[in-house]
Amino acid sequence: MNVTLRVWRQKNAETEGRFEEYEAKDLNPNMSFLEMMDVVNEDLTDKGEEPIAFAHDCREGICGTCSCMIDGKPHGPEHGVATCQTYMRSFNDGDKITVEPFRAKAFPIVKDLVSDRAAFDEIMQAGGFVSIRTGAAPDANSIPVPKEAADLAMDAAACIGCGACVAACKNASAMLFVSAKAGQLNTLPQGQPEKDKRVLNMVATMDEAGFGNCTNQYECSAACPKLISEEFIAKFNRDFTAASVRSWFAAKAL
Amino acid sequence: MKLDSKIPSGPLDKKWEKHIVDGKLVNPANKRKYEVIIVGSGLAGASAAATLGELGYSVKCFTFHDSPRRAHSIAAQGGINAAKNYQNDGDSVYRLFYDTIKGGDFRSREANVYRLAQVSSNIIDQCAAQGVPFAREYGGLLANRSFGGAQVSRTFYARGQTGQQLLLGAYSALSRQIGLGTVQMHNNSEMLELVVIDGEAKGIVTRNLNTGKVESHSAHAVVLATGGYGNVFNLSTYARNSNATAAWRAYRKGAAFANPCYTQIHPTCIPVSGDYQSKLTLMSESLRNDGRIWVPKKVGDKRPPAEIPEEDRDYYLERKYPSFGNLAPRDISSRSAKEVCDEGRGVGPSGLGVYLDFGDAINRLGEDAIRERYGNLFDIYKEITNESAYEVPMRIFPAVHYTMGGLWVDYNLMSNIPGLFVMGEANFSDHGANRLGASALMQGLADGYFVLPYTIPHYLADVPRDPAPPTDAPEFKQAEAEVADRTAKFLGNEGKESVKSFHKRLGKIMWDHCGMARDKAGLEEAIKLIPALREEFWENVNVPGEGAELNQSLEQAGRVADFLELGELMCRDALAREESCGGHFRVEHQYPDGEAKRDDDNFAHVAAWEFKGENQPPERHQEKLEYEEVHFATRSYK
Repeated sequence: MNVTLRVWRQKNAETEGRFEEYEAKDLNPNMSFLEMMDVVNEDLTDKGEEPIAFAHDCREGICGTCSCMIDGKPHGPEHGVATCQTYMRSFNDGDKITVEPFRAKAFPIVKDLVSDRAAFDEIMQAGGFVSIRTGAAPDANSIPVPKEAADLAMDAAACIGCGACVAACKNASAMLFVSAKAGQLNTLPQGQPEKDKRVLNMVATMDEAGFGNCTNQYECSAACPKLISEEFIAKFNRDFTAASVRSWFAAKAL
Repeated sequence: MKLDSKIPSGPLDKKWEKHIVDGKLVNPANKRKYEVIIVGSGLAGASAAATLGELGYSVKCFTFHDSPRRAHSIAAQGGINAAKNYQNDGDSVYRLFYDTIKGGDFRSREANVYRLAQVSSNIIDQCAAQGVPFAREYGGLLANRSFGGAQVSRTFYARGQTGQQLLLGAYSALSRQIGLGTVQMHNNSEMLELVVIDGEAKGIVTRNLNTGKVESHSAHAVVLATGGYGNVFNLSTYARNSNATAAWRAYRKGAAFANPCYTQIHPTCIPVSGDYQSKLTLMSESLRNDGRIWVPKKVGDKRPPAEIPEEDRDYYLERKYPSFGNLAPRDISSRSAKEVCDEGRGVGPSGLGVYLDFGDAINRLGEDAIRERYGNLFDIYKEITNESAYEVPMRIFPAVHYTMGGLWVDYNLMSNIPGLFVMGEANFSDHGANRLGASALMQGLADGYFVLPYTIPHYLADVPRDPAPPTDAPEFKQAEAEVADRTAKFLGNEGKESVKSFHKRLGKIMWDHCGMARDKAGLEEAIKLIPALREEFWENVNVPGEGAELNQSLEQAGRVADFLELGELMCRDALAREESCGGHFRVEHQYPDGEAKRDDDNFAHVAAWEFKGENQPPERHQEKLEYEEVHFATRSYK
């Protein structure tokens, strides 16, 4: 099969970007989207042109590095997969495919299809953890966790931190990402002592980083390669409200 | 070169305890005066950075990824071993230790492996307390499953994403320390040189992958946790960007490289489908709990699997290894798959595949139970192959998955360069000639949480509490110049062939001559072919773009240049080791039934290679493996 790519090329954060068109010929429908990009890049290299920069690593949908906006959808047309798990059989012979980076104020473009998602790390540093000193843990079976809670925590923990939720959101909100991490920890007994502090600090950092507000449209969940449920946002909103109220009545130093 | 393993004296089960008690300590107020560089943010790197930061050291952690969470530990699927004996099935520290030594075909260091088994329980405690959502039973306690090479259920797991969850646990601990300011994190920073001053490791030179800026960083000690080198084969289950550059640069600065020929070929991967393929995808070993592996009995039987009746199927692992069956260790399972394919009984379009069949398990347990256990793996399989493994058997074939070899370290995880420590897959010490499933995660976290934090003070306590050397010292300037020269050479080379093309060609040489089965003639040929390819690479490689910006071709060029040297060393090591053991199978050395034949009289040692200069043959040194507790035995899984 043959397709035409319309790709965003941008030298760096300071310069302006533009779309360029490339022909991708003689493709095998069982190639992954990124393998198709490899072929295009080999052609460009052989022609003495600069290949298209795109973020990728594990190529099995778990590291969260790949991040292409394909025909306006983060990670492309299929549901519940990352860009690297998108295959050319999802497209038709002769298609023109538009490829862009994930765009958001909090994700500045580094080059071509690569954007900088360091803001997610900052949110994690503000509260995405349980404060447990190495070596201080009790026996793992001393705190039973109901299977339902463990399963729910795992549903949330499946997040790969790719940023598709932000790219899909018209407000560039990071609520699905934040609610997934907080949802995992807040569901488990181990996460209870820091629950309130966690949600308040993560929200404050999310706002500072320039992410927008959530208006409950759930494009995020629809675009999520791990199909993280929007119900974690609802749960997070409850946790946030409770934490805000409790913080008013929290014991203060005399 | 003197290789002193520094194994403590005393009985095996008391060595580690004694070593901790005998060890030196650094006063809490002095810890912050010591700067420690950690390269890598996978399980080993992130856990060590978090723990050392928490202890009060000034830690600088480097990763070439855009976030520490992207390290390839994240892709481990199946699980992590620990001697908890929660299943009451007779597990113990000793049994985990023995299984690991035996699994490694008696080529690992006894005291290191025992320590690994001892701290395994602490890892599970630590991770559960961090909020890692391990699989649980209805009573709320932790669930276990079985893995290859063991007859007890000691593997803890989080669906098919155990590596992800353990890494995110370590990343959360690391993130906390970054937020507290005890760890300074450098993302998008690739280590390109090690800096050695007066014989001790004192810093690194990095390139910022986004800006191209070359920077020097100094410290009182340098820790490498940079993973394995399986991408020397080009096609592997490693992430595309996994590379050996940090370890290789250390080797060129004098660190010994141990057992480079020990590579693990994982038996259950999705077969290669075409020349464009960029990587191979693993199907977790845990599938072998319920899947049965078979090929047709007759050569060239091209009937669809459903039409092949029971009597025409050869469940070859169950036939050859009745007591372990489909859970035979990885090296044995891979080699058996290769044998049946070599006989012409392989399945699928290429003939390079075997069936992993869940039909019996689905009949016995129902499709829902199988979906609950392996749903995400079946989904991955469907995405890639467009086939449902609920309906037709999976097709699998072995692929390069892990490297047991790595930089030589002593019991303290310190290399032969004082001040240079190496953890996780990047070192060589714990898995011998073959790693058992669910042991890589165990080793990475053991090294980072529970070993290095106890052993690094031994070294630091004797290092003067002066500031780390200035980064304008001549050794740093020289290393920076070397990096700049290499970059300029790549970009100025008016070659015609892409980096990727050279990588493919190297991978083919390695797979053909240094893969699942090796022989003298093939290895000797590879030792001629690789230097010739290397020469061609430097003359004819085409690296477009500029140095002072994100340039992925340039990144790959540096990595492939190092693979082109490492591949040769692997072949030299494989040639020199005139025996078969674990993942290293020399066709000249086998029993009549095709099992690997070790030579304990002549090869019960670690081979540690010393760099002797550009295009000079390296020197092979030996560290004898002293077994105090375990007796050499022929490995049998029959």
